[in-house]
Amino acid sequence: MANAAEWDEVRPVSRGVSLLKAENVAFVLFLAYLLIYPSTTDDFSIGNTAYFMAITLMALSLALIWGKAGILSFGQTAFFGIGGYLFGIYTLNVLGSGATWVGILVGVMAGGIVAAILGYFMFYGGVNDVFVGLTTLALTLVLQTFMAQTAGPEWAVGEARLNGYNGMYVPQISIGDAPLYGRPLYFLYLAILIGVYLLLRWLSSSRWGYGLVALQENRPRTETFGYNVRLMQVQVFCLAGCIAALSGALYASWGSYIDPSSMGLTAAITPVIYVAIGGRRSLTAAMISSMILLQLSQSLASSAPEYALVIFGVLALLAVLFVPEGFMAALFSAIDRWVFRRARVDPGMGTGGVSSETPRVG
Amino acid sequence: MLDGVFNALYQFQVSFSFLLLSAIGLAVIFGMMGVINLAHGEFMMLGAYITTIVATHGVPLVVAVLIAAIGVGAFGAVVEILVVRRLYGRLLDSVAATWAVGLILSQGMLILTGPSMQGVSSPFGSFTVGQTGYSTYRVVLGIIALVLLALLYLLFMKTKFGLRSRATIQNPSIAQALGVNTARMYTLTFALGSALAGLAGGLFAPTATIVPFFGTNYIVEAFVTVIVGGANALLGTPIAAALLGAINAALGTQFGLYIGRVGLLLTTIIIIRVLPEGISGLLERWRMRPSGTRSGQ
Repeated sequence: MANAAEWDEVRPVSRGVSLLKAENVAFVLFLAYLLIYPSTTDDFSIGNTAYFMAITLMALSLALIWGKAGILSFGQTAFFGIGGYLFGIYTLNVLGSGATWVGILVGVMAGGIVAAILGYFMFYGGVNDVFVGLTTLALTLVLQTFMAQTAGPEWAVGEARLNGYNGMYVPQISIGDAPLYGRPLYFLYLAILIGVYLLLRWLSSSRWGYGLVALQENRPRTETFGYNVRLMQVQVFCLAGCIAALSGALYASWGSYIDPSSMGLTAAITPVIYVAIGGRRSLTAAMISSMILLQLSQSLASSAPEYALVIFGVLALLAVLFVPEGFMAALFSAIDRWVFRRARVDPGMGTGGVSSETPRVG
Repeated sequence: MLDGVFNALYQFQVSFSFLLLSAIGLAVIFGMMGVINLAHGEFMMLGAYITTIVATHGVPLVVAVLIAAIGVGAFGAVVEILVVRRLYGRLLDSVAATWAVGLILSQGMLILTGPSMQGVSSPFGSFTVGQTGYSTYRVVLGIIALVLLALLYLLFMKTKFGLRSRATIQNPSIAQALGVNTARMYTLTFALGSALAGLAGGLFAPTATIVPFFGTNYIVEAFVTVIVGGANALLGTPIAAALLGAINAALGTQFGLYIGRVGLLLTTIIIIRVLPEGISGLLERWRMRPSGTRSGQ
């Protein structure tokens, strides 16, 4: 990346293309709906939707790392847990106004640092593809087993008792001494979600983002073009870790509580499933479908909790097999074709799976 | 003193056999197809359930375990034909798809049989050395692991199937051109790996509680063993199992189960930094080195 100045003229071509496409229309409608929603419903649903938004941040982090950079990470829940626990540990020990805001920052940084270290070991070690998935999954499971055995009183950091599966008490985000809840909390979470989304949209249309798409398609070729592939992988892994940790901190403070099951196997698969069903290559599709599926999951939880995961598993399997770009992303491109009458322009948004390098058998 | 030595050996032997048995099926599939079967833990769970159900109906445990291996192997063949085959060349998608299969299996089992099932008791009783009692069954597991390894060696090195499968691993298109039905090889290999998962699940069934999330107790160990071992199931996996087994046993007896697991992960992360293709990659590099420089090292 040393000769960056020389490349400045090589701007992505789609920059000037009209913004009128299904993905953007869907985002505007989604945002409008979320802005109006609080005035149409009761406090419980508002709080509930804030919870969905906190979790959806994790789906965004996975869409970034899996969809944009082609790295399948099962470790997002680990960073989620790190963010939540570190937020709690910091805010329980440092009292006073403003502590919760610093606590969020501490959680995010902790997630980012762990991701950067793990990412360094993996990507500079030449670990890629399936092995990244396995290593991150192992990290998730080890963190869960470690946190699960912290029930005893000896497991405390200052004032913060970790409490194993009984869960750790976590303070709520507050301004001054007044904890935030209801509409202010909702709009705070909405602002964070939309802010992260816009940041990621901007990043993925930057030269860095196009580099990510390139390395997803072909790493050696991207490297010969002068990109520092390993550094970019560590960067994107670290950024995704930060976002997942942010998600965890917001989740923990929303419920005043976090326990090891938030990093367990079921928790690790949930974002993967949401993103696979919605569409991993489109941040918008991943975000909207995550919100919808969380709502669906909650409705099922009251009537038939065991069936929710089976239904999601079947949906994800069908998506991977038959609609690899994801149901919602497929819908977007269908609307683009039939309503807006446009061919696809975005080079990173090609249909189908990752181009095959190994010969097909059959 | 002698008690201590025996105890250490016993702990190592138990760790080794658990690691090897839980990883070998995963390693066989990975070595052949490059696919990591994330439903591996659930296949083990399926093996444990089949073994338990058959054994509680009065069938001898050995037969029950074999039935479990065959049943899970057949199920694996079905999964390969319906799911995995469609995803060749899309490795990450096959990982996500097999995970979805695993999720459906464990949740489906929860719906069908409830949160837990009456298990079978561990056979052979126990023996004592010095003051400490040891489970005979766990020693038998170690012997089974070694026998299984020998059988797999014979299968891959001495049979037509083995020859064809090694050809397919080396170069699928040339193997195909020479008349090997590679698609069938993939199905058979996936079935073999699944059968080994079912076998491991069946063998572990008497030592554990039978729950739908049975597999999650072993998959971390299985994954790290395959990561450290690399693509060569016959050489890499046992060496990795021995190495990690030693670490796990040493840390586990000293500091407890959880620290043992953390130690496994840290070792793995360091090893992949040094040997991204695992122990198999290292062996391959030694093998490929020109003979003149071999002594130079």
